[in-house]
Parts: sequence; structure tokens; C-alpha cells
Amino acid sequence: MPETIRVGMSQLVVAEAPTILVTLGLGSCVAVCIYDYLLKVGGMAHIMLPDSSIATDAVNRGKFADTAIVDLVTALQKKGTAKERMVVKIAGGAQMFSYQGMDHQIQIGARNIKAVEENLARLGLTITNRSVGGNLGRSVFMDLSTGDVRVKMLNSPEIIL
Amino acid sequence: MIQNLTPLQLDAMREVGNIGAGHAATVLSQLLKQKVSMSVPEVAVLPLAEACDVVGGVEQPMVGVYLRVFGGAPSKILYLFPEDKALFLAGLLINDQEKCKNLLGELEVSALKEIGNILTGAYVYAFSNFTGIDMLSSVPALAYDMVGAILNTILADLGEMGDYALIIKTQLLACDESVDGHFFLVPDPGSLATILSALGVKDGCQKQSGSECPN
Repeated sequence: MPETIRVGMSQLVVAEAPTILVTLGLGSCVAVCIYDYLLKVGGMAHIMLPDSSIATDAVNRGKFADTAIVDLVTALQKKGTAKERMVVKIAGGAQMFSYQGMDHQIQIGARNIKAVEENLARLGLTITNRSVGGNLGRSVFMDLSTGDVRVKMLNSPEIIL
Repeated sequence: MIQNLTPLQLDAMREVGNIGAGHAATVLSQLLKQKVSMSVPEVAVLPLAEACDVVGGVEQPMVGVYLRVFGGAPSKILYLFPEDKALFLAGLLINDQEKCKNLLGELEVSALKEIGNILTGAYVYAFSNFTGIDMLSSVPALAYDMVGAILNTILADLGEMGDYALIIKTQLLACDESVDGHFFLVPDPGSLATILSALGVKDGCQKQSGSECPN
């Protein structure tokens, strides 16, 4: 059995085959998975919020899309991965709660997705596969042997990105 | 900070929980024209991120009713209950268990929101009455999903703010069925001090190194 590593909220983990990176119960948060098929090295960031500029005290860099994505890419480059080989898959950003009179603040899922897209684009990275939005939470399993990202949702068939 | 509550303060909060439960049971009994009782077996303070374990694991499907409290002590409230009891609760309100078959059906969702609204509304009312602090609750939002995903979304909504929650375990009894729910109160920064001060236990705070008393 390959080792599994849990990626908790605001964490980012970089590892190599045959590890499986797992994040369970992803709601409005977004999991960014970046993989290098040549080296079989990859990483996952579990992002909670779009922008670190709202932080009041010491910034937990893994929490925000802008800082976490830069850190994830840097950590992968340190492992010898080149940007040209990075395959990017994202999952999450659900709109969990249904409201009448929906206000802006709770639509954090959509804002997270947008921020992740923008920050990846800024680094010249393209998203190849995605399972985002909707109103269901997700569990994400990234297999570093194959680069497959499995997405599980409640009462729905499993998706492989 | 909420994690430094003394036993005395926790007791005061438990009392508020009890009063809220009593009030909620009365309201439900009157509305449903049958006996509903509610007890509070447990009150605890925990980081919201660890709350998943209390309610049965990250991937456990649950129903959550989420709302905001405005006024003198702004807070967030979440009421979580197990999916297998959700249809029973919906049926209770509609007074027809046969009609409630699909957890995601329009009628069921609407009934569950209303149940959540009544229960949390009763809590907020009791809380407000007991403390003398003006409180008003928002329209409830409903989610049916893995409990981890529900809590994760709320944590994101809280952002940088206090992510400790006062967790009030509640047991609702009606028609020989018991529903174990969890009621989460997450005060915005500053609100806890307001509440404790209104309860007259503001100074029962334990000083711990590196942490601050609410003031």
C-alpha cells in the first residue's frame, strides 16, 4: 500500500511516487494539485481564502491562493521540477449553503476558484483538468504514481481528473 | 479568548444552552401540538477544525443549518444533525412522515430550514433575553454534505476571525425518536467578552501565559 499523506486546511505538501496525497471534506476551499509526469513528483495545496492582503497578523501562507500557489510552485522547483512539465488540476470551490438573499461573503467558493485561476495564470501555468463549483463538497485523492486525481462527492459517481 | 474559559464561565454558557434548549422545545411543542423535549448533555469549547471528530468523522454526511447573529454580540451559529434523522425532523414539521422521502427535495429542504430556523431562533431569543444583549438572526442557509466540507466552508467564511466554537450537544425527543444534534456558537472577536460580561462572569477568566483574558 502506498503511503497516504493528509493535506489539512491551509497546508501544502510536496512528495513523490508512490505517495497518495489526500484531502477529505473540501467545501468552499480549493485543492490545487501540480504534477510532474517525468519525475513523478507532485504537490497539493489546500487553499481556504482568495487573497492574503486581508490577513491582519502573521500570514499563514498556505491559507491564501496568492501565497500558497507561489510556495507550491517554488517547492516543486526545488525538487527539480521545471514549470514546463507541471500539469495542474484543481478541485473544490463548492457553494455549500443555499441562501435566499445570498450575500457576497459566503460565496467564497467562487472567489477562491477565480483567485486560483488568476494566480496560476500569473505564473504561466495552465489548468488541464478541473472539478470545481457546484454545491457538493469533495474528497480529493492525488496519486503520485500516475498523476491521477480522484474526486469523490456525496451520492455521486467518482470522477478521475 | 474562548479557549480559556474557566469552569465557572463554561457553566454560565451551559446554562444559556439549557435555557435555549428549553425554549426551543416549548416552541416546537406548541407548533407541532405534541410533546417535544430537549436536553443538553454536554457543552464544550473546541477549535472548529477539530469539531469533525466530535460529530462522527470528516466524511460523515450531515445536515447543517447556518446563520449569522447580528446586534450587540455578532456571532455565527451552526446546527448540525445526522442525515438519517433529518427526514424525521422534516416529517415532524409537515406532520406527514410519508411525504418526506428525499433529503434534497424542495419540500424537505424547506421544512429542514424552518426547523433549523425555529431551533436556532429559540436559542438566540433565549440568549438575548438571558443576557439582555440585542440579537437578531439572519435567514438560515442549509447544507447537506460531508461534515468536513460544511465546517471547512464555515471556517473559510470566518476567515481570520475566532475559529473556536462553543459546542452544545443537544438531544431532541419527540414521538419516541431521539435526535442528537450539535449546536455551534462561534462568537466574532469581542463578542464573547460582551456575552460573559452580561452574564456577570467576565472576571472569572484564567490567566494563562501567552494568552489574554477577554476584555
